[in-house]
Amino acid sequence: MNLGVGSVVKTMSGASCSVSWKSNDNNQFPAGLRVLVVDDDPTCLRILEKMLRNCHYEVTKSNRAEIALSLLRENRNGFDIVISDVHMPDMDGFKLLEHVGLEMDLPVIMMSADDSKDVVMKGVTHGACDYLIKPVRIEALKNIWQHVIRKKKHERKDKDFDQSATAEEGDRQQKPPEDLDYSSSANEGGNWKSSKRRKEEEDETEERDDSSSLKKPRVVWSVELHQQFVQAVNQLGIDKAVPKKILELMNVPGLTRENVASHLQKYRLYLRRLSGVSQHPSGLNNSFMGHPEATYGMSSFNGLELQALAATGQLPAQSLATLQAAALGRSATKGATISMPLVDQRNLFSFENPKLRFPEGQQQLNNSNKQINLLHGIPTTMEPKQLADLHQSSHSPSFVAMNMQGNSRVQQNNALLMHMSQQQQQPSRAQMLNETNNVSQVSRPPLSMSQQPLSSNGIPGAVLSRSGGIVANVRGPVYSPVSQASPMVDFSLNQNTELQNNSFPLVSSNSGMSTMTSKRMLQEEVNSDIKRSRGFPSGYNMFDELHQQKSQDWGLSSVGSTFDASHHSTIPGTLDISPSMLVQQGISSMKRNGQNGISPISDAFSSREESGNVNPMGGNLLTVKAEQLHDASYQSSFFPGQFGQDDLMSALLKQQESVGPVETEFGFDGYALDNLPV
Amino acid sequence: MEIVGKLQNQFMEFMRSLYREGFLDYQFLQLQKLQDESNPDFVVEVVSLFFEDSEKLLNNLAMALQQQVVDYKQVDAHVHQFKGSSSSIGAQRVKNACVAFKNFCEEKNLEGCVQCLQHAKHEYFLVKNKLETLFRLEQQILAAGGTVPVLS
Repeated sequence: MNLGVGSVVKTMSGASCSVSWKSNDNNQFPAGLRVLVVDDDPTCLRILEKMLRNCHYEVTKSNRAEIALSLLRENRNGFDIVISDVHMPDMDGFKLLEHVGLEMDLPVIMMSADDSKDVVMKGVTHGACDYLIKPVRIEALKNIWQHVIRKKKHERKDKDFDQSATAEEGDRQQKPPEDLDYSSSANEGGNWKSSKRRKEEEDETEERDDSSSLKKPRVVWSVELHQQFVQAVNQLGIDKAVPKKILELMNVPGLTRENVASHLQKYRLYLRRLSGVSQHPSGLNNSFMGHPEATYGMSSFNGLELQALAATGQLPAQSLATLQAAALGRSATKGATISMPLVDQRNLFSFENPKLRFPEGQQQLNNSNKQINLLHGIPTTMEPKQLADLHQSSHSPSFVAMNMQGNSRVQQNNALLMHMSQQQQQPSRAQMLNETNNVSQVSRPPLSMSQQPLSSNGIPGAVLSRSGGIVANVRGPVYSPVSQASPMVDFSLNQNTELQNNSFPLVSSNSGMSTMTSKRMLQEEVNSDIKRSRGFPSGYNMFDELHQQKSQDWGLSSVGSTFDASHHSTIPGTLDISPSMLVQQGISSMKRNGQNGISPISDAFSSREESGNVNPMGGNLLTVKAEQLHDASYQSSFFPGQFGQDDLMSALLKQQESVGPVETEFGFDGYALDNLPV
Repeated sequence: MEIVGKLQNQFMEFMRSLYREGFLDYQFLQLQKLQDESNPDFVVEVVSLFFEDSEKLLNNLAMALQQQVVDYKQVDAHVHQFKGSSSSIGAQRVKNACVAFKNFCEEKNLEGCVQCLQHAKHEYFLVKNKLETLFRLEQQILAAGGTVPVLS
């Protein structure tokens, strides 16, 4: 997450345009938390809204999951947390949870009147950070800010060099008071907030030393950009596609290898998900259990290559197992849908700092793959148990490595790598995707790590960056329709000002009336959407100035209430719905309805049109719609067995937007993998 | 202001009876606490939403159960929704009726479901009646120049 970076930016540059939520006046904390509430029950929605307002949160409500999703996509940094009902008519709450995790990596709280264990477990396995039983009490809502902080904390930890310090900080910060007394929470929040800020500054210093630039512009993978990417990958061959070459082929100014690497990671994971369909909830369950159980679960997944890759090698339980579990829950959901239970397992066990961002699972996959390739033949200190565990599951455990930051993990990585090399793995996947992660992790190993593992890790990092293409499932042609949708070309930066400047040059010609324009308009127009637009440039873990946002908040809330009545149309200030989003939604709905062809999309679009008529972007919307329809039709033709890809692809695209900062966090800036000795 | 006092007492007593007889539960109290100057009609607003939604749900349930082939999943979805909204406003007896209803749905027991629907409907109209009375009392108090007492 950007929290650390955001704070860095704020501290370093003095820019106050984007105020970290945490940096708010202690007394205000956690006031101003930007919550998006989704529930088809109007009674509950209204009650929740009021309760959240009473908690001094900024509330946006929506009674349709698709609208909520488009809201989130339009305002990537506009929300801090999402609360969603499980049972909704237009989209399953868990699906929304997945999308949010994949694309925005925001904490999501599920809620339902259903308190049966399996549903709650589903929430857990899908990565919900909490599950509330209706009727929801205001006391339960008062403390939801902890999920935002926790998430940010985990993401920050990824950037830390000093693992132990991070752990301590994490532990310290893991204890935000759960009591019902709001004021005491605020006080304690203030206390540990300052300590956390100190830590952030420490991290910031470290990062600065290591990376060339802390503030990496967030790359938004527009459809065109992604198409270029896919073309490059296909040209190189999925197995041989390395970020560097892809970057060269793409020839996009301003795009860095790290951007490509992380996108490749996600792409690989996406492909993996496409080919590996089966879902094994038991695997997900394992993520919450101890090590032995995880092993057991893993072995039950033999044969699921993709999943194995995703899960890779998180056998040894870390000391922060619970932390990982929590993170895993999130990452598991994000990185992989139910179909990737292994990922969860792996995540849980393999690393101290779970990658809560979406690509976590993917990263791990990549990492493991890379590791396998790199450590092939390299003697490593393998723990027999790990090896044994690895053998139990047919998938490649090599995955473990990347996320590991610690001796044990290094060892695991080595073990896994060895094991991986023995097994048939999908080398391609790991490499590119893991590249960034690997690098970040490799570059961060604590000094206490033994030399051998360290070097091993180092090598994998370097080699991985060089190696391989993307596993099978070349979906190049499939993505072309997606690329036709107007992309969200928005190289958002951590600073508002930068966003203004940087986004334009990177806007590809195709975007035209794209959402970029829309976004511009959003940002420039003084209407309810302004708040969101302000949120764009800032890291999505940051709040804008509270009071500045106040007016916008109300605008936002009015928009939210707008969405309530969206199906009644005539709503001013409706957010522009990007075509890609609609397409995606169309896809989702199509997925839901099976292969019904265009009709679901038409429905989606018609509903969009209703709500989108009174759009400040007027003309944009029309054009958008045209594009959407085109995409829809195009996409429907791909339906037979492929809508999942499109869906995922769009998710990937969206995901990429939120991934930008990840690269920063991983300290890729300036890290030249190419220079590492192979 | 004697009238106001009387009305207020009436109001309080009525309110207490609603809680006592299980028509309302703790959740309704929460709603009342949520009401403030910025949202002076919050409870009425929410309850109105509940009435509107519930009547739709009850109609849907009736229709669903009248189908040749009853789709119990659909019925269950409706009941679930009804359960959620009734519990959110604290309509305890309605919620309890829904719980029983859900069980019959799972068993795909048509007769049981039909009976539960009747029961839920009955409870719903009961609590609707009670709440409308409550709101009327509120209005009377306000019209008489008094303030509506808050139950703690």
